[in-house]
Amino acid sequence: MKTLIQGGRMIDPANGIDGLFDLLIEEGKIKKVGRNIPATDGDRVIDAQGKLVIPGLVDMHVHLREPGREDKETIATGCRAAVAGGVTSLACMPNTTPVNDNKSVTEFILHRAREIDLVNVYPVGAISKGLRGEELSEMAELRDAGVCAYSDDGRPVMNALLMRRALEYAGLFGLPLISHCEDLSLSGDGVVNEGYISMITGLKGVPAAAEVIMVARDILLAGMIKSPVHIAHVSTAISVALIRRAKSEGTPVSAEAAPHHFSLTEEIVQDFDTNTKVNPPLRTQSDREALIEGLRDGTIDVIASDHAPHTLAEKEQEYDRAPFGMVGLETMLAVSLTNLYHTGKLDLATLVARLTYHPARILKIPGGTLSVGAPADVCIVDPEKNYTVDSTQLYSKGKNTPFHGQNLTGAPVMTLRAGKVVFPQ
Amino acid sequence: MFKRKNLLGIQELHREEICSILDTAESFKEVLTRPIKKVPTLRGKTVINLFHEPSTRTRTSFEIAGKRLSADTINISPSTSSLTKGESLKDMAKTLEAMNPDIIVIRHSMPGAPHLLAQEAKFSVINAGDGAHEHPTQALLDLLTIREHRGKIEGLQVAIVGDILHSRVARSDIFALLKMGADVRLIGPPTLIPPFIERLGVTVEHRLDRGIEGCDVIILLRIQLERQNKLYFPSIREYSRLYGLTLAKLARAREDVLIMHPGPINRGVEIDPQVADAPFSLILDQVTNGLAVRMALLYLILGGGDES
Repeated sequence: MKTLIQGGRMIDPANGIDGLFDLLIEEGKIKKVGRNIPATDGDRVIDAQGKLVIPGLVDMHVHLREPGREDKETIATGCRAAVAGGVTSLACMPNTTPVNDNKSVTEFILHRAREIDLVNVYPVGAISKGLRGEELSEMAELRDAGVCAYSDDGRPVMNALLMRRALEYAGLFGLPLISHCEDLSLSGDGVVNEGYISMITGLKGVPAAAEVIMVARDILLAGMIKSPVHIAHVSTAISVALIRRAKSEGTPVSAEAAPHHFSLTEEIVQDFDTNTKVNPPLRTQSDREALIEGLRDGTIDVIASDHAPHTLAEKEQEYDRAPFGMVGLETMLAVSLTNLYHTGKLDLATLVARLTYHPARILKIPGGTLSVGAPADVCIVDPEKNYTVDSTQLYSKGKNTPFHGQNLTGAPVMTLRAGKVVFPQ
Repeated sequence: MFKRKNLLGIQELHREEICSILDTAESFKEVLTRPIKKVPTLRGKTVINLFHEPSTRTRTSFEIAGKRLSADTINISPSTSSLTKGESLKDMAKTLEAMNPDIIVIRHSMPGAPHLLAQEAKFSVINAGDGAHEHPTQALLDLLTIREHRGKIEGLQVAIVGDILHSRVARSDIFALLKMGADVRLIGPPTLIPPFIERLGVTVEHRLDRGIEGCDVIILLRIQLERQNKLYFPSIREYSRLYGLTLAKLARAREDVLIMHPGPINRGVEIDPQVADAPFSLILDQVTNGLAVRMALLYLILGGGDES
């Protein structure tokens, strides 16, 4: 059976397409893109008038929690959350229990993802065994098992020599290293941005420098070794400036920003709502503006959710005790449209590229485009749909969103993966 | 008039509310001088002191304050609390709520814990110190003490000396003093003064002798000995040399300067014994006023004013 998506505004940044085009899908692949494609008998026709037709989103920073913390999230609930947010491909971080530092964990994740069959799941393998930052994981084995990148995310690689060796060794496989930049000696037991709000609340602060120092280090190492590094969840203005300069000098660095970092500031921490606790912490208005400028000028390549589900009990604790992290799969597109597109900061083509084509290109995975012959991973978006975020309605097990109760404009209305409608189910 | 259900911090209070607490406290001071220091005002009310940190003066002060007003006062301390069995604060709050207390007074090592306790609670919450955040009753008793001895707070020069970074007393004192119109200077090494604090409207001075020049009041803060290990200063010896207040250093302050300290004091560290025991030291007046302030708050929060 063929599927025809008719009458929508198609945005496919990889091919420079932005206009009214129809999309014909056959056997899970994109068969044809054109104006006024006629429907033939038996075709499923989807009316996309007034909607955007974009590639399925590629979220390169997700914590699925399985194996090990199925009380927070499972691969199944995470995938359902993903498609509800228009995400058809995701990279899941290795800080599970056990850690994804060996092929059995990678294979387990891939096996579960295939059974669930909603999203293309790309596991990220650990840089170091057990995320301990001491010795390299067996990167070749992980690559063969199917990881798309290496990262110790959740923890920084504190040892500069280990980071150097990881960059050198990962170069052998052509897979990127994703770096969680945090100097632990400076971040200490901090829980919020070090600044006015930490001063007022007495909560311990994490200075911007804790991130910036490591961004600088990784840029220097990547430039020296000429092996690519991807900076996860950039949160500070100075990091953006450093990455901008490194890119202009030809250093192989890419970067991502999370919706909460370009949409929220430290001010909201004042009420001690633990759903505002995230690592790196929410920063200041000028950091937020620098991230948006970075997204606009291409310094920051990617928008990624850093989806980090936790249980209600874990979050209903003292601020110091609650775990870091927010869910984001289901709100990433809406928050991005609301705070980047509807505010006039980013045009749609750039915004869509940051959510689809760029992460796919960095991870060297299929998807992220609507090219003829590509997998028919498609997201149909109502850019003007107004709704209020209700955390209780999320598909994710994690209800820990700082956007609860916020009005957003723009939402995915349908998600297709390999030509099959996976949302709404 | 103070009509709040909770007292979580000074930051959210208005000047009029602070004045009404101080005025009420003053009237309770009279009760404390009577031969029988007990009034029936809060008979039948229950006050729970939930202290997750060791405390002598604040806990005792709240306990006596409750008893002087005839409330039933119960103490829960860290070693006897179910929190040591892994119960969360939220669950503990629900359990206590089922016993219908009127007020829970909480001391906790983490900022925001009283706010968590107060969420959706039927009982009132008084913050008796939450981490480095606030210690509102200390600030109120400090204001009362200053007002008693100077007749006013507005226009006074007040210096706060020591570990501002980790001090809930400093934060509450700063909010309170600024609201009442005092000028506030903070004195301490750069490692113990949080960045951005000038934005509150205080001045920062790193040298003690310059900082206390012309001061009406000097509030000294306890220096926690373990901070030395966290690189905040090289040694207690050096800290004391730079920031310990001695009679000799006091020469630069006003002649009628008042010395205050929230206690417990480290004699010979942040305060020289000669200063601590001097007639212009108000450390023990603060303790007495603490009792009056806490009686006033229990009374005001439990709506005692409406019945009489």
